[in-house]
Parts: sequence; structure tokens; C-alpha cells
Amino acid sequence: MSADVLPRRSPAAAWLAENGAVVALVVLVVALSLLSGDFLSLTNLLNVGVQAAVTAILAFGSTFVIVTGGIDLSVGSVAALSAISLAWTATSAGLPWPLATLVSLAVGIACGLVSAALIAYGKLPPFIATLAMLGIARGLALVVSEGSPIAMPDAVSELGGTIGAYLPIPLIVMVVMGVIAAVILNRTYPGRAMYAIGGNQEAARLSGIKVDRQLLITYALSGGFAAVAGIVLASRLASAQPQAAAGYELDAIAAVVIGGASLSGGKGRALGTLVGALILAVLRNGLNLLSVSAFWQQVVIGVVIALAVLVDTLRRRGTN
Amino acid sequence: MSQEILRAEGLRKTFPGVVALDGVDLSLRTGEVHVLLGENGAGKSTLIKILSGAYHPDGGRVLMDSRQVHIRSAGDAQRLGIATIYQEFNLVPQLTVAENLALGRPPRRFGFVDVRRMEQQAGRLLERVGVDVDPRTPTARLGIARMQMVEIAKALALDARVLIMDEPTAVLTTSEVARLFAIVRQLRDEGVAVVFITHHLEEIAEIGGRVTVLRDGRSVAEVPANTRRDELVGLMVGRPIDQQYPRRPAERGEPLLEVRGLTRRGVFDDVSFEVRAGEVVGMAGLVGAGRTEVARALFGADRYDAGQVFVRGRPLPPGDVHAAMEAGLGLVPEDRKAQGLVLGADVAENLGLVTMRDATRAGFVDRPGLRRTAAKVAEQLGIRMTGLSQEVRTLSGGNQQKVVIGKWLAANANVLILDEPTRGVDVGAKVEIYQLVNALTAAGDAVLMISSDLPEVLGMSDRILVMARGRLVGELPAAEATQDAVMALATTETSHVR
Repeated sequence: MSADVLPRRSPAAAWLAENGAVVALVVLVVALSLLSGDFLSLTNLLNVGVQAAVTAILAFGSTFVIVTGGIDLSVGSVAALSAISLAWTATSAGLPWPLATLVSLAVGIACGLVSAALIAYGKLPPFIATLAMLGIARGLALVVSEGSPIAMPDAVSELGGTIGAYLPIPLIVMVVMGVIAAVILNRTYPGRAMYAIGGNQEAARLSGIKVDRQLLITYALSGGFAAVAGIVLASRLASAQPQAAAGYELDAIAAVVIGGASLSGGKGRALGTLVGALILAVLRNGLNLLSVSAFWQQVVIGVVIALAVLVDTLRRRGTN
Repeated sequence: MSQEILRAEGLRKTFPGVVALDGVDLSLRTGEVHVLLGENGAGKSTLIKILSGAYHPDGGRVLMDSRQVHIRSAGDAQRLGIATIYQEFNLVPQLTVAENLALGRPPRRFGFVDVRRMEQQAGRLLERVGVDVDPRTPTARLGIARMQMVEIAKALALDARVLIMDEPTAVLTTSEVARLFAIVRQLRDEGVAVVFITHHLEEIAEIGGRVTVLRDGRSVAEVPANTRRDELVGLMVGRPIDQQYPRRPAERGEPLLEVRGLTRRGVFDDVSFEVRAGEVVGMAGLVGAGRTEVARALFGADRYDAGQVFVRGRPLPPGDVHAAMEAGLGLVPEDRKAQGLVLGADVAENLGLVTMRDATRAGFVDRPGLRRTAAKVAEQLGIRMTGLSQEVRTLSGGNQQKVVIGKWLAANANVLILDEPTRGVDVGAKVEIYQLVNALTAAGDAVLMISSDLPEVLGMSDRILVMARGRLVGELPAAEATQDAVMALATTETSHVR
């Protein structure tokens, strides 16, 4: 990991090897600013940030899960259900918006807890448990909203706006959630337990880590982060939509993996995930500016995901 | 007569930061069993990986039948007739024995796999290694010993002229070892050159012809297999080891661990014993006698149906590792890679695995504090590493085992359960582990040591419990215990527990 493992490499080289995604992001930004004059404007960059925000917040939540060696396919659906819960309780049930927001977060966390219970106590593979939750949460969002968008309370919709004339609030939320994720992963007991569980679940268990309880915390965090992402998305649109964020779970997983995490667990960082989400957003934005068709954009993004992981694999083979 | 079939000259191999091989010579003749001896980290694994095509050497050359060869892949090795049986078997557990034996090149008829012919071929191979297995058995249902025989049969299927066996006896019981040796001798007499790696010195004279000793990546000697044991050890470690089992009995205190009537239906039945402060209690028995299962159950890793466990007189709740840990129990499991270590994490993380909970204040882990403790433990145990940030995966077996033990030392566990503590550990590290056991008991801790290595159990225990078929069948004080006495008990004909 650091210089003492590979004494021959300079610290700079070791840092680069560990942070390939950062290098890729920088190269991408430089290339796009050369190719398109509009790319490097403040307005556009902030726009990229806003576009990255929802994916990044979802992806931070997914990072916890992926570090434990699991996967959470439900985050897009959970985001939509949480936003619908907020809008519905605030409008139809007439709850004050702060309370409605708490309800929304609780719904996200509850979805995570249910998935985790299926995994920890029902011994379902995470893929299956969260695939079930993907359907359940999406379905409930449709049931509650009766299939139609619900207006968000004005106070919450402010989240979609800016501070001053420029600074978009989603960007701030993204950074705050990123810092929270980083602190959880690096400094807290549940975070460190996630790495141990993902690295070797049996060794973690035999070292006294209560694996079941830690998995509950992990998926609850993922659900909570999904709720925040759902609220940010809905506030940007000023309405909660039952079909919102469909398929976003795959973007979230892609961001985590591009950021250097391993799907087999034990590895992954919040900063990497942020960079992964930014790479996806920068690519989409840049391809738009270059007038690449939406169809080809999907191809390019698919190639980038494959390349990112391929480079990482080759690098690791080189050092081992 | 026998002639040289394979020759390695001046092999060198470096990895970033490590010289793994620094001039290794090896001469192999047809019809000999050539023992490769060396501590972990001496270069045995690297050498066999070069011969089997997994690594390419940076220097030196390999000759077969006096002609230089380049073994760039496992396929190259196969074509040259070199087969390797690793400790981790290369068998697909879900497939049948016949399918495994024909893996990659099944007999075909009209483009379809000819199952009947495949099974006939498998039957002939199995017969050659003298193992009575239906070729249609799913491989997962075989025990380790028979899986190993299947691996040998697989090597025969490839017409191997050189057979490399990496610690084949490490996981076998005494009678299984005897059967393995019979087959190895038979292959030898058929002209196969066998490279045999073992940590059990007493096996060398029994099976070996010549011995090549590796130390620090160099081949330091080639000696006949009947060389005296202390001489071999001296060659391996480069210094004489006065005593292989330096047990220093300590003063006995109160019972720290008491197990009463522990029962798990079909696995073990009515197991009762105690371990006192300052005591090393050995647990001997055949593989499958239920020793590991008892240890895991009393530690809370697995459930049990009846009975109770007390630590310092206080009952432990069943199935609760955390409670066992809090009470001062520590388990060093039999498979350190699968159960003891987070291989991808570094030394500091692994040493802090148990203490992390106690180093947490308001949810936040004091990682600098854990690292300081880890540094202390690493020094106390003499863990050889480039630094606390070295990935545990890249440590040698002995040092990995020290890390597993170290995480319990960091947690101040005072009842340590050691399950096969020196399996796959080199002689030098073994003695260090024994000395640690002495230090722990001298300080008033208790040790329960499960081991299939009889000289070790006899040499290090104050008392020896013997298990057979899920039952505790006897107890011997160290003074009266002999290998024969223990084996007589271990093979007691009790009915298997239900």
C-alpha cells in the first residue's frame, strides 16, 4: 500500500499507482478542455458537479456495501421511494417538512435494514436480497404515488438551488456526504469492520466482530445515503417521481469500481468513489459538448468502465 | 541405472524489494525421491513455481535430459512431463473424480464427451494409485487424503516424469501418510523423479533419497536422506537449535477454562476437561476425531447442543465469540489463511482486529493507538516484515501465524486455544512459537494446544488429552505419554457419536 511494501518505488509513483482514477480524471479534463472551448467554464464545471452529485451520493452508500464484499442493487429504487415518502407525507399527510424529511431518511434506512436482515439472518446472497428490494421499493413508490409525480415542499426544493448566484447546493451535499463516508470508512468502528468483513468474513467473526450487526449498519447506511440522493434529485426537479433514479444503482456501482474498489471486498475508498462519479459525469458532459449521440455515449462509458478495471487488474498483477 | 533428468543451475528470482532465489542448484535423477528442505521463506515455493512454469527466473537455467528448456507456462511444464501437486488442490469439487481426471482433455466421440471411456480411464488411474473410489463420486465428497490421491492420479494421467509434491503430508494422518509413501515409492520404482517438500524431519529418512537444503534463497547443501536430524536443522537455519521442544513447565494455578459435558450431536459427545493457569494441555487424536470442532464450539464459533463452558468459574453463553473473547479466550484457528487473517490487509490492521472494539471511543477507532500496540506486539513476536504496512498475504507462513497469535496477545487473552499452531511453519518460527507458549504459561496464562504433530504434543504439553471419534478417550500426563500410548488411545475403537 505505502512505500514500505515496495521500497524501490518512489512515494510519488506509489501514489500514482494507487490513484490511477485521479490521473484518468485529470487526463479527461485536460483532453476535453482542449477539444471543447465550453468545457472549462465555471458554469459548465458546476453543472458537471450537479450532474455527478446524485450518482456520487448513491455511490458513497454503495462503497460501504462493496467494501464488505456485498452489492446493493436497490439504491436507485430506494432513492425514489424515499423522495416519494417525503413528498407524500408533506403534502397528503400534511407533516411539516423537517419531519417529512426524517420520515424519508427512515424509509431509506429501513429498506437497507430489510435487505441486510435477509442477507445476515436469511443467508440470501446480497445480489438476490437487494434485487428483491429493488423491486419492492420501486413498487411501493408507485403504489404510494399512484404512479404520478408529487410536488416537493418548497423548503426542501431549495436543496436543488444555489447559494448566492453560483454555488449549487447539491454539490455541497455531495461533498458533505463524501466527507461523512470517508470518516465512517477510515475512522469509525463500523467502517473498519467493513474492511475486515470484506477481506475475510470468517476471520472477522473469529476475531469477535459481530458480522451480522455490522452488515445491518452497512446496508442501513447505504439506504440512508440513497434517501439523501433521492431527496437531492427530487429537489432539483421540485417533484418526487416514482420512476426517478431507475438504473442509477449501476452508475453507482460503476463509480465505486472505477474508483478502485474491489467487488470481492476489503478494498475501496470514498475519495476513489467521488473520482469515479466525477469521471462518469465529466464523460457524459464532454460527450454532450462534443455532440456525440446519446447512443454512442453508452458505448463509450461501457468501454471506460471495462478499461478502468482492466488497468487496475493489470497493475495489481504487476506488483504481486 | 538412474540418470539425471532435470537440472537447475544458479536460479535467481527477484520480486520488488525481495530476492526470493539467489543461486539455487538442483539435480534430479529418475527413480529418486528428492527432498527439498528449508524454512518458510527459504525459496522452496519460488523454486517449484519456476519448475512448474508459474514464474520465470531472472537468472540461471533449467535443463531437462541435458538440454536447456524454457518453462514459460503451466502448459510448457505439462508438455515436459513436470506435474506439481500444491497444498491447495487443483480439483473442481463439484465435478466427479472422472471429470477431474480428464479435465481439459476428456475423451470424445463424435464431438461429445465419451463418458464411459472417461470413467474407464479414471478407474485405471485410480487403481494405479491404489485408491478405492468410484470415478463417478463427486470430488467434494472425498476426504483430503483421497483428494490427494486423485491429484496424484491426475499427474499420472499426464505421464509425468517429474512429480513435485508440496508438503503432501501436512494434512494427513499417520496411516494416510503410510499409504501416500507406498504410492510414492511405487512411482519412484517406475522411474518417476519425485520432488518432495516436507517440514516433518522424521519423514525424510523414511521416504527420501537425497536432500537439497535451501536457506535464504540459496541451495546450501545436498546431503543423503539419512543425515542426522540435528545436522539437517543446522543446515536449514544456519545455526544449531539446541532443543526442538523447549517446554519449561510453569507453576499451576486455578482452572481458567472448564468444559463440562460439551456435546454436539453427531460431532462430539460429553467432552469434559479443564485447563489451569500455567498449563499447556495438548489435544491429540486423528484428523476428524472432533478436536477442532470442540475448540470452535467452546470458543462460540459453532453451536453445541448440551454442556457448558466456564472461564474463571463464570459460564460462557453458547455461540457467542464476542463473549468468549471478553472472558479472555483466544482462538488461533487451524487454517490461518481462511479463518485467521485478512490477507489483503496489512500487519497493523490484522494485529488490531480483536482490540479494535476496545480502542473505539464514541464510535471512533483510535488507529494510531492500535498501530502503536501492533508495533509492540510485532517486536515482541519478532515478526519479520518490511513494516507494519506490509500486506499479510506476502508474509511467510511462520510470520503469518505469528500475526494470528499476535492479535490475541494484543488483546491480552489469557486462555489461548492453538489449533495446529505450527502447521506449515518453518523450524525457526516453530521454536519461537514454543518459546512464546512458555512465556505465556510462565505469566499464568493457559494454553490448549490441538496438534496432529505427535512429537510436538508430547514435547510441549504438560498433560495430553486424546480424542477419538468425537469422544475424549483418555488423558496422559506428559511424563507417561509416548507416541505409542497416544496412538493406541487415538485409535480406540469407540462407536461413533450420534
